[in-house]
Amino acid sequence: MSVFSLLVAQNVVFWVIAALMVFAALRLVTTRNVVHAALYLVGVLGGVAALFLLMGAEFVGITQILIYIGAVIILFLFGIMLTRTRIGDEEKTDHRNRLGAILAGLAVAGVTIYTVIAGFGDAELGADTRTTTAEVSDSIFSQYIIPFEAVSVLLLAALIGAIVVARRE
Amino acid sequence: MSVFALDPAYIGGFGLSEALILIIKVVGAFGLLLVAVMLMIWFERKLVGDMQNRIGPARAGPWGILQTLADGVKLFFKEDLRPAKSDRLVYRLAPYMSLVPAFLVFSVVPVGGNFTSGDGTVTWFGNSTFLQVADPHVGILLVLALSSAAVYGIMLAGWSSGSKYSLLGSVRASAQMISYEAALGLSLAAVLLQAGSLSTHEIVAAQGGWNWNLWVTGLVPALVFVIAATAELNRPPFDLVEAEQELVGGFHTEYSSIRFALFFLAEFMNVITMSAIIVTLFLGGPDGPVLTERASWIWGVVWFFVKLVALLFMFVWFRATLPRLRYDQLMDVGWKFLIPLSLGWLLLLGALRVGRDRGWNTAAVVVVCVAAGAAAGVLLRLAVRSGRRESGELADAEADAGEAVNVGEPEKGS
Repeated sequence: MSVFSLLVAQNVVFWVIAALMVFAALRLVTTRNVVHAALYLVGVLGGVAALFLLMGAEFVGITQILIYIGAVIILFLFGIMLTRTRIGDEEKTDHRNRLGAILAGLAVAGVTIYTVIAGFGDAELGADTRTTTAEVSDSIFSQYIIPFEAVSVLLLAALIGAIVVARRE
Repeated sequence: MSVFALDPAYIGGFGLSEALILIIKVVGAFGLLLVAVMLMIWFERKLVGDMQNRIGPARAGPWGILQTLADGVKLFFKEDLRPAKSDRLVYRLAPYMSLVPAFLVFSVVPVGGNFTSGDGTVTWFGNSTFLQVADPHVGILLVLALSSAAVYGIMLAGWSSGSKYSLLGSVRASAQMISYEAALGLSLAAVLLQAGSLSTHEIVAAQGGWNWNLWVTGLVPALVFVIAATAELNRPPFDLVEAEQELVGGFHTEYSSIRFALFFLAEFMNVITMSAIIVTLFLGGPDGPVLTERASWIWGVVWFFVKLVALLFMFVWFRATLPRLRYDQLMDVGWKFLIPLSLGWLLLLGALRVGRDRGWNTAAVVVVCVAAGAAAGVLLRLAVRSGRRESGELADAEADAGEAVNVGEPEKGS
């Protein structure tokens, strides 16, 4: 398989995944069932993982599944299941301020797009963009050690805070 | 060719012979797993029967070996019921969400090859290839990701049934699986430290010639992993999910017919794949004495299956002999014993590794590490005790399950 046809295949797969992700994201905010919304979120995050894999970032892709799908959404579902067990649509899932929500969404999208364009511009990615786990860990623990440690301390503080809040009751 | 770097056979391009290899592997692994599940259910029933002085299944086929097939056919033709209050789509989706991860895990397990005096490759159609469906660079992370994705099937089955018994069963099951995943991952990290790779092939290759992780990493990670795996599989003595005396039937109470069969299949398939993962991580995979020079890879397959059956026997033995834990005991074992132990052991192994690189005195490193570990353990105990005293629980030994989870939390900060 030549490099050219591989790139074509990558592009086709990208658009298919992207379309599915947009659909899941739209359903996520329009569905009235909280558990269904969580499952659509799984779809979106799974799509993100698939895009990472498509870019050859295996470690990041699998970690995305492990952390977001395997832990974060599971905890979401856990909370939903323990607090509201009613099956079916709920009235309170809708918000009145739709215009504000749309504006906020557009603002976030604008900032993200601007960052990506400002950061990468017209830079072309080669055919082999694969990064190994060793490369990822090398860059985390050398070049990005300060942000890494800052995030660790932040997470630790959040953890302790959660325990304090939970124990007060 | 980043996308195809799953197997050495695909490096030189992807043609007819490579496609053939891929198809043979996928179909072979699929068929092998299904037949293995069928035999495993029979093996378990027969063995438990033996240990309880019963005969076990004896009617269908020689020694009752076709019993599972008969049960499967029976389940297939039963009426498929869906409770009126259930969530239709999720109710139908849930069995597959628990079956698919069970299948996929097996694809990264090396089932054969000569790792003792070779590099574990075999030659098919002029291509050298591994005896595993795929060898991604992040193989073992894939196993962890799939095992955490398997929680979805159980969780959604319980919720979508629209019945409180199912919901209680699934909350129990998912709380247990989430709790033990941490211990599972931490004990696995010791193996990764030893092998220096996430790929299952590399992990097995690093253990070639009797350097099995079982003793190379010092027995503790293997024991923690087996205990956590038993809990992760919801098997006795951690089968609170299906505790017959307490629950109606667990998360699949409302399921019947083929959908119930799918859960049942996934459960036993998980036992087999988890045993295969234990063989890969700690027992050297297909490593073992090569008795003939010709077709030396066949001995790898033989040893792999010998180890697999030994582990399966162990799991059945657990079931037949060990009494079930109480829910608060289950959470205590997971959070207060297994996680600190595997974390401490990981730090010890890391310190030994650094000490070897820097030329430190090994005995001194061990003494310092054990002292630090003991101090941390005492601190942890004190924290747990003071936490109990605060909530007025010390006298009341039977802390309820919710408290047990809360009390177990602070150690992550220490």
